[in-house]
Amino acid sequence: MFAFIIRRILQAVVVMLVISLMGFAIKNNIGDPVRDLVGERVTPAERAKMADDMGLNDPFLIQYLRFIGHAVKGDLGRSFLYNKPNLEVISQHAPATIELLMGTALIIVLISLPLGVQSALQPKSKLARFTMSFSTLGISMPVFLTAILLIYVFAVHLQILPSFGRGETVDLFGNGYWNTGFLTRDGLEHLILPCLSLSSIMLPLFIRLIRSEMMEVLETEYIKYAWAKGLSPARVWMVHAFKNTLLPVVTVFGVQMGITFAFTILTELVFQWQGMGFMFLEAVQRADISLLIAYLVVVASVFVLVNTVVDIVYGFINPTVRIVGTR
Amino acid sequence: MKKLVLGLSFFLVLSFTVCAGAKTLKVGMDADPVSLDLHVQLSGAMLQLSHWAFDPLVRWTKEMTFEPRLATRWERMDDLTMRFFLRKGVKFHSGNPFTAKDVKWSFDRMKTSVDYKGLLDPFDGCYIVDDYTIDIKTKKPYALLLNMSTYFFAMDSKFYTGTDANGHPKDTILKIGESFALNNESGTGPFVVTKRQQGVVLEMERFKDYWDVKSPGNVTKFILTPIKENATRVAALLSGDVDFIYPVPPQDFARVHSDDRVKLVSVAGSRIITFQMNQNRVKALKDPRVRQAIVHAVNNVGIVEKIMKGTATVAAQQGPAGFAGYKSALKPRYDLKKAKALMKEAGFEKGFEITMMAPNNRYVNDAKIAEATAQMLGKINISVNLKTLPKAQYWNEFDAKAADMMMIGWHSDTEDSGNFSEYLVMCENKDTGMGQYNSGYCNPQIDGLIIAARSETNLDKRATMLQEIEQILYDDAAFVPYHWQNHSYGAKKNFQIEPIVNGMNFPYFGDLVVK
Repeated sequence: MFAFIIRRILQAVVVMLVISLMGFAIKNNIGDPVRDLVGERVTPAERAKMADDMGLNDPFLIQYLRFIGHAVKGDLGRSFLYNKPNLEVISQHAPATIELLMGTALIIVLISLPLGVQSALQPKSKLARFTMSFSTLGISMPVFLTAILLIYVFAVHLQILPSFGRGETVDLFGNGYWNTGFLTRDGLEHLILPCLSLSSIMLPLFIRLIRSEMMEVLETEYIKYAWAKGLSPARVWMVHAFKNTLLPVVTVFGVQMGITFAFTILTELVFQWQGMGFMFLEAVQRADISLLIAYLVVVASVFVLVNTVVDIVYGFINPTVRIVGTR
Repeated sequence: MKKLVLGLSFFLVLSFTVCAGAKTLKVGMDADPVSLDLHVQLSGAMLQLSHWAFDPLVRWTKEMTFEPRLATRWERMDDLTMRFFLRKGVKFHSGNPFTAKDVKWSFDRMKTSVDYKGLLDPFDGCYIVDDYTIDIKTKKPYALLLNMSTYFFAMDSKFYTGTDANGHPKDTILKIGESFALNNESGTGPFVVTKRQQGVVLEMERFKDYWDVKSPGNVTKFILTPIKENATRVAALLSGDVDFIYPVPPQDFARVHSDDRVKLVSVAGSRIITFQMNQNRVKALKDPRVRQAIVHAVNNVGIVEKIMKGTATVAAQQGPAGFAGYKSALKPRYDLKKAKALMKEAGFEKGFEITMMAPNNRYVNDAKIAEATAQMLGKINISVNLKTLPKAQYWNEFDAKAADMMMIGWHSDTEDSGNFSEYLVMCENKDTGMGQYNSGYCNPQIDGLIIAARSETNLDKRATMLQEIEQILYDDAAFVPYHWQNHSYGAKKNFQIEPIVNGMNFPYFGDLVVK
């Protein structure tokens, strides 16, 4: 078991090295960060000197090794654009994205569960038909279009919801890192439209998934048996059928939230939502290669960490995984 | 939980107090200043901040005349010297009094900034006469001394002297890394920065001891939020979430115009959009007839109408009307027949192939203009291989002169014609820095004129010289002129923005009246 854990961790380290190397390989194609730091009047000689001072002219390998050297000490460099340590920039932007995802997950759960179950139980009802046709529409609309549409309807025409930004936030721990929008009315209002547009891509999928899973479960032998036993419909549906419907749904939910994370970039851009996706786009446009690499490493390490932990836990639960690993 | 309730009630109280009798201005712009340190970067956003939190010696009015700010009057002492008499009783945000020492200190600091070094090259220095009188000297006679004085903002020398908490000198100009001036300011301007989060928000409050008590401005709180996405920025104005936006993208002009709650204010700008033709890369471009043919083939009037939706002024020269070098006789030249004839005359009837590059996020509709140009040149059998790039990549390609035709827009730093020529058409000279943005045009005759105009202090004589330069460039078809971009602002009806916006794109929010 010990050897297994060590091997898994070593693999994770190798993956991280490869990812950081890839990040470094593309960095020269993003653009010149010096250009963004200076006005257009600065002479080429001055710019060359700056690039030298920033270490941008060093050989690739030296730059990379320097980065790794700092990284193992927990220093991922300094953002050119925000003029702060990269880790600080990223951790200040992360809560906005996490809250956006949390709000989105909440909307998905609150809407898809009742609608999915209803359309499975009464597939011929008007509501079920409406849900199904509406979800086809939702699944085929790109997220930024949904977002702009929502802004124009609710912010510009009806003027009942704000159009951009996070609104009033509360500093949760008093250290400036986690500013939450969940605690003020204004902050909650600002959350509605971005969360709605982000959930619009996943909502139809889940409604359909829950519906088909539920319908399948309703056809199984044990449900028929439950009916035969004379149980009340509420008990058959909610306790016996619904519970078993949820298993695959939860698995898919986990995977889909990862995909939703990718969609936050577009949503954050349209709503000027100051999260990691917005920060990422800014970094690309302003050629903040230092922040880009740090972002890549942080996101990758989150994924690698989660996967490694899962693998190790699997090893404990299921010994065959370990045996395959020792092959 | 207790903390939470406390926080909530705190915010409730706060939101009530803010509402009481205050005029808040919420602004949505495409960019926010990168620092609170004026000298760290020469860019539009930084100069805007300079006019909000600081004051210059003199500033431009909307009519392009000089308005006294920290200097009450000025006097030419000799060919090299201008004497400025400074305003008395002015206070910095820190409470320190403003004196001649602060002007000199700021001037000297500016000279060490890489961004300003070039512009300050003609200057010899700044000399204190007494506490409220100062002499600014140039190395040679320099006609643009007053124009440059619009850049001389006063920083609080006492405030920025000494060492900060980390033991670093407070006056350090640092592009990357923590410096005192990055997060702290003490100017004399109408607004005091109260909160700044890069890329998120910049909050300011009116300075209680502001010297300009005659200013009609009544904005007490000013919140700037950068909103990058055009559609979102316009929606933010239309929904009432912000009171003022810049820029209004051309495609949304009609929409902002037609809404009763908001208005659109457009001001003629002086940024010229051009394409440069590289004669060193393509032999054919050495022939002035070919260059003329290209200029004649480009329908810049149509581009302004269709692509810019009328939000630009068609150009045939570098400097716009009102600049000393402007020659009204120079008219746009679109004439396809003549273009074809010129190509035939030059022996290129069958045309040739060229490469073209343009940025796609630097100027208004830059990529669309380039695409239209490529099509127009197709009509005179020049087949164009066009590549558009984001600005982060474009400028290095420009430096490397990587294509035969390259787009560049230029705004004159001095609001004067000479600046265009110095950067765009003078023969490239790495030592003097002249022609830094010239990709492949060189005419020694023009170089001589530009240098002579630089130290000519007789304004009439100088204007004649500058006009001659424009004429030669026109006849020689040195570049392809397109237009001068307008600045377009959107605001709620009760915000009287007309008097405070200008061609430099420095909205003087200190003087803004909100009804």
